[in-house]
Amino acid sequence: MLSAQQVEEYIRQGLLCDYIKVHGDDGAHFEVLVVSPAFVGKSMVQQHQLVYAALGDKMRAEIHALSMKTLTTEAWASLRQDSLK
Amino acid sequence: MDIQAVIKNQVTNNPVVLYMKGTPKFPQCGFSNLATQILDACEVQYVAIDVLADQSIRDGIKVYSNWPTIPQLYINGEFIGGSDIMRAMYESGELQTLLNVAN
Repeated sequence: MLSAQQVEEYIRQGLLCDYIKVHGDDGAHFEVLVVSPAFVGKSMVQQHQLVYAALGDKMRAEIHALSMKTLTTEAWASLRQDSLK
Repeated sequence: MDIQAVIKNQVTNNPVVLYMKGTPKFPQCGFSNLATQILDACEVQYVAIDVLADQSIRDGIKVYSNWPTIPQLYINGEFIGGSDIMRAMYESGELQTLLNVAN
């Protein structure tokens, strides 16, 4: 059964991540937060496509559902700043 | 007509198209359900296409948009995103703005 840890490793193998957190323990449904410098200047659709591309065939074969939030390194930093205020 | 041409016709001949699992009355998946609820909240007319009723559409739409999951929203022929993006754009008001222009 696919674990959140494995999903994280798959994404890390295909995409440079500053931060990644994967939730989900039923083997098929996962939630992921990905922070990557590769997202700069890209639309939300393009950012999600990069994560899907990193997962490749696993997205079709093993993962039933992936709920995703993507942030650039800069957006992530300012979000963390805000949360400290 | 090949399936990519069929899909292109669907998304260009209708201003708002949602590819989903099931129907707006009987969605077969939580993400598709969320997508219909968002469009209902925006009070927009849309065409819903049940991918479970046609395997060639179900496979073809993923190729068309280079997007491996359902639901998928199209406005004026342009792929907008799946349910996560729909929710983010709904919360920011961006989706309502796009839909107002489309209708």
